[in-house]
Amino acid sequence: MSEFERMAEVSMTNAERRRQWLDEAVLAPARIVWDDWRARAGLLVVVTYLLLGTVGPLFVSEPKPNQGPLLVGAFRTLEYPLGTTASGTNILSQIVHATPSMLVMITAGAVFTVVLGTAIGTLAGYKGGQTDSVLMTVTDIMMTVPGLPLTIVLATALQIKGNPAVIGVLITINAWAGLARAIRSQVLTIRDDEYVEASRIMGMSTPTIVAGDIIPNLMPYITMNFVQQARAVIFGSVGLYFLGVLPYNKVNWGVMMNAAVNRAGATSSPSAFHWLLMPMLTIIVLALGLTLLAQGADRIFNPRVRARHAKSVASGDGDTPNTGDI
Amino acid sequence: MSYVLKRLGRSFLTIFVVVSASFGLIRLLPGGPLDYLRAQMIQQGGSDLSTAEINRRIAAQTNIAVDEPVYVQYIDYMTAIFRGDFGQSIWYDQSVAGVIGPAIPWTVFLTATALFLAFTVGVSLGAFMAYKEGSTFDVGSTGVGLVLNSTPGYVVALLFIAFLGYRLQLFPTGGRYASELTPGLNVPFLASVLYHGTLPILSMAIVAFGGWALSMRGNSIRVLGEDYLRVARLRGLPTRRIALRYVARNAILPMYTGLMIAIGTVFGGAVIIENIFAYPGIGFYLIQAINARDSPLMMGAFILITVAMVIGITVADLTYGWLDPRAKGGASRESY
Repeated sequence: MSEFERMAEVSMTNAERRRQWLDEAVLAPARIVWDDWRARAGLLVVVTYLLLGTVGPLFVSEPKPNQGPLLVGAFRTLEYPLGTTASGTNILSQIVHATPSMLVMITAGAVFTVVLGTAIGTLAGYKGGQTDSVLMTVTDIMMTVPGLPLTIVLATALQIKGNPAVIGVLITINAWAGLARAIRSQVLTIRDDEYVEASRIMGMSTPTIVAGDIIPNLMPYITMNFVQQARAVIFGSVGLYFLGVLPYNKVNWGVMMNAAVNRAGATSSPSAFHWLLMPMLTIIVLALGLTLLAQGADRIFNPRVRARHAKSVASGDGDTPNTGDI
Repeated sequence: MSYVLKRLGRSFLTIFVVVSASFGLIRLLPGGPLDYLRAQMIQQGGSDLSTAEINRRIAAQTNIAVDEPVYVQYIDYMTAIFRGDFGQSIWYDQSVAGVIGPAIPWTVFLTATALFLAFTVGVSLGAFMAYKEGSTFDVGSTGVGLVLNSTPGYVVALLFIAFLGYRLQLFPTGGRYASELTPGLNVPFLASVLYHGTLPILSMAIVAFGGWALSMRGNSIRVLGEDYLRVARLRGLPTRRIALRYVARNAILPMYTGLMIAIGTVFGGAVIIENIFAYPGIGFYLIQAINARDSPLMMGAFILITVAMVIGITVADLTYGWLDPRAKGGASRESY
């Protein structure tokens, strides 16, 4: 019996296979994330906001005028923990009820950018030649158009309504270009690596090579970018709502800031400052949570770290901690 | 040389595409700015204005002659823009170029200073953090960098204006310079310009330098582990040469794409910052135009912001070729 005809000595049952898949694909990443304090803190923050956006509105009453006395300061009463506005609206209700549409906006913008950027960057980098130069010309043009001003002009000219998903895409309208450029330059180095060349010689189709050999290498970068885009959507949308140049049909953190400054002069009068401060803190904490999560989640894509955390993979690799001394 | 020419050609192409797109936005969209302008005029002039008269006025304001075929309108619009004629502002009742032209240097002053400050401070700090990797200084700065990186510039601007502007009255809360001064090359005027520019510049720079420091730190640590650095040390090269030519150069190179994206971010951010500080730069007029429904002014501001940014990115790109000789060859060889 030749080597090629030999069968595996142990065969796995379906249940075992499922268990291994669960261990490698779900449990190991979860353990890695939990292992790192930054990722843990980031995860807690992000989950809190997700809960705030999904079940939060069920528990916190809808914001409306005259819920309480006017301009109660923050952390003074249990009833209005974050204070009230100049028309007596509960600031906590406003922040919570603004979260769902914010989450939709963030997801739409980040997914749009990452999918388009990765697709164009990989295609251009791997194909090269004519495809590359055409795609990169388009990318360079998009990259040199200033993002926020373009969003403002498009929002005005297109007369869009307040749909959060549309606004999310509009805010990141040309952010994919920067990602595509960066991905392309990484693909340019990967496409000449030995294992990619081996796959090519074995006659694998281009999509298989791209999906199996190229994209996994880019995953850390893509995740980082997903988070950066999420942050960019938060910053951009709140900023533009604050300026009052985007349409809205529900309360929004930026709209709150706009009202605080324009209706109560929150920058010059201390009694209204909390009205401005609370939405600002909301943004910063969410952005910080996303950044921390991205920093820790980075390690999920390191195969060595992964193997160490997976119970079903025999460890024994030579992964020594990086000490950084030379 | 051909690299420079090609790069300049691409920059011109970008501007051409953006101006064409702005024509499309103004002209072709139903219910867009042009229709709005017409409705506005009919409302103002009542029924005494004939259609021809309205068309004539629209043409004067937007460079678009509505009764001509589309391609003629397009050519007219393009030639007018490239001659520097952006039409008439409705709100300010003077030419768009006359409104925005004087604002350009101010926006460039804010953004360029902020970008330069953030980049130099961030890169030096990041290199120093990498050098002291693991120390209290490194951990502390990383924390500060993370928090600053998660703060939008306008939040810092609002905090500045509330505390340093209104509460402590240390800095002015608006304007480009004290109004009693005569602009020119005199010390009081320049001092006043810096004084008024301090808060806007700082609010853009403070939130950006943390990001630069973090990526410089990461890159430097990576470079410090490379084999060629070990070789350089074994060759007994002076530390200064290793730090500048080997570590700094190779650590800064990957940040160049980031720098180009940052030029865009800073121009976008300036739109919000200028409005918070009531600083009459291009971004300030862009928002004024939108609030006043002044589409010629809006498109003019947008085109000029784009041109300013294209120039910035072209300059950055050309210096990249000088820093990294590999870039000139291009990766345009071969395809699979």
